[in-house]
Amino acid sequence: MILPGNTSCQGCPIAMAMRCLDEIENPVLVIPAGCSTVIAGLHPKSAMKCPVVHVPFASTHSVACGLSEAYRKLGVDTTVVAWMGDGAADIGFATLSASATRRDDILTVVVDNEAYMNTGTQASLSTFWKAKTTTSPRGKTEEKRNLALVMLAHKVDYVATASVGYIRDLRRKFRTAGKKDGFRFIHVHTPCPPGWRFPSEKTIEVARKAVMSGAWILWEYDGKLRISPPSEKYADKSKRIPLKDYLNQGRFAHLSEEDIQEIERKIDKEWDLLLKFS
Amino acid sequence: MSGSMHAESDCDGTRGMRKLLTSNEAVAEAVKLAKPDVIAAYPITPQSPIVEKLSEMVENGELDSRFVRVESEHSAMGVVIGAATAGARVFTATSSHGLAYMYEMCWWAAGSRLPIVMALAARSIGAPWNIHGDHLDLITLRDLGWIISVAENAQEAFDMTLNAFLLSEEVNIPVAVAIDGFTMSHTAEVVNVRQVDIPLRKQAYRILPEMEVALNAVAFGDARMLARYDLAKDLEESASSIEEKYGGLVERYRLEDAEYAVVVTGGLSGDVKDAVDMLRKEGVKIGVMRLRFIRPFPRKAVKELPSQVLVVDRANTDLRGVLSVEVAACGVENKNVVAGIGGKYPTVDELYSCLKRFVDGKLSDVEWLI
Repeated sequence: MILPGNTSCQGCPIAMAMRCLDEIENPVLVIPAGCSTVIAGLHPKSAMKCPVVHVPFASTHSVACGLSEAYRKLGVDTTVVAWMGDGAADIGFATLSASATRRDDILTVVVDNEAYMNTGTQASLSTFWKAKTTTSPRGKTEEKRNLALVMLAHKVDYVATASVGYIRDLRRKFRTAGKKDGFRFIHVHTPCPPGWRFPSEKTIEVARKAVMSGAWILWEYDGKLRISPPSEKYADKSKRIPLKDYLNQGRFAHLSEEDIQEIERKIDKEWDLLLKFS
Repeated sequence: MSGSMHAESDCDGTRGMRKLLTSNEAVAEAVKLAKPDVIAAYPITPQSPIVEKLSEMVENGELDSRFVRVESEHSAMGVVIGAATAGARVFTATSSHGLAYMYEMCWWAAGSRLPIVMALAARSIGAPWNIHGDHLDLITLRDLGWIISVAENAQEAFDMTLNAFLLSEEVNIPVAVAIDGFTMSHTAEVVNVRQVDIPLRKQAYRILPEMEVALNAVAFGDARMLARYDLAKDLEESASSIEEKYGGLVERYRLEDAEYAVVVTGGLSGDVKDAVDMLRKEGVKIGVMRLRFIRPFPRKAVKELPSQVLVVDRANTDLRGVLSVEVAACGVENKNVVAGIGGKYPTVDELYSCLKRFVDGKLSDVEWLI
């Protein structure tokens, strides 16, 4: 679904996730401002092998809703895909929430690189606690929002988390969601080499370590919430890799032992909460 | 509200039905005839009755449209942009803070060259809070590349709304139809609801699945500037269509032999005409140029005004009214009165004495009717 030679950075996880769009039949992409805007191509070029409608930040789900409603009214068969970063999910949250509440016929993919990367790594609601960004130079003081759980509370048809470290799981989730109707939401963890400050050949490794340390949990809801196979064994804390192995990134280089212990406690709490839904 | 009604022929022979309608209801009746595929709106005073009426029509099956209940005006404009991109005929309506909140998307509507029709029940913008009429909201649409029409009464609100669909789809530029808040939006008048068949939707392009195209991708170099130039040029050139088919950019009232002219737009024009009639009885050669459209701006007509011009504004930019500045930009020097901000509506007597002072050469360069 995406041509080689596109404008993504070396080791870009978003371009990896975009390749998996070929699991979805007949997509029409709606892309708000962000890294994906650039990756999809600068005029007059386009890197995508499907139509792309570029839109302002907060309008992602309103424009997607308009497209979806019009295609249904005019009898055009398609899957409208709202493809956004964590930044667009912040600024467009009211619209995202309204769209989910209406159960608009839209497949939403949030590629979460845990900061506003396209404007130069400023902190987002998705930025990890203590992570350094250009607007949190000493580390972010607030928690990362669990967006997928918030979307679950909208009683929509399908919610899943995914990771570019587990492409088969990600592809299966795109495929499953693509075959469904109604409001579908997939939150993809996309570790960003320049933004998180790790070498660009290590994207998959960092993404996997997020899952293996329990810091990013893969799960799926389609009426029932299940922990996805790659994450299953990490429900048992003793099976997780040392958290330090995941936090070995430039944005966390300043962490103290206490900070790391605190992050571990936060991760345990996240698991406890999630397992209550499963 | 619809009072007694009976079918009759319009002067041009079209079928019609005379109904007692507010301008809000007149807009809704016109929208019904245009049969939009998708309507999206968020309520705001004084516009709400338009979309309440339309949602009633949709729910009782009179109108086969998808009505999307959005959470904000930003999203209302987003939905109609999305739907128009897919090839649907669309409508939305707003006022005041609603227009301010959707402002970003109004740029995208124009830049995308999508035919979109929006009614604007013109209302003051805070602070402080005020729900009554003026043109402070309307004027924020000026620089975006929209066609902006301003109705004088409920009949014109109906006609302009119906025409807005045709005009917008002809020139691929969004069209706003303004009605004055409360003095028109909530005031009933007899309207001839013409029963006309509107042609099928047409537009320059639409996005369908399997088209390997990108709409509105990042455009550096010439492309962005060219797009802006094309829009400006097409907006300017839409004037000829408006003159030919849609009632013209201006209405000239008792201007033939006039030595003095008053430039005004919207519902206040009726009161200004009454004041002009009073002066005419006294033998003063004075008339009115009512702007039916403020984009494209009727430069040609304004340049033909007599030498003594007074512009009555319901929106200011600095101390001066906005239309006064626009008229001055046509090389026409003018005196300026700013009136009716936040619904502080001047009476005909007040307008008369104001015009009288203008004719007697006693009016200051700019005055506010406070």
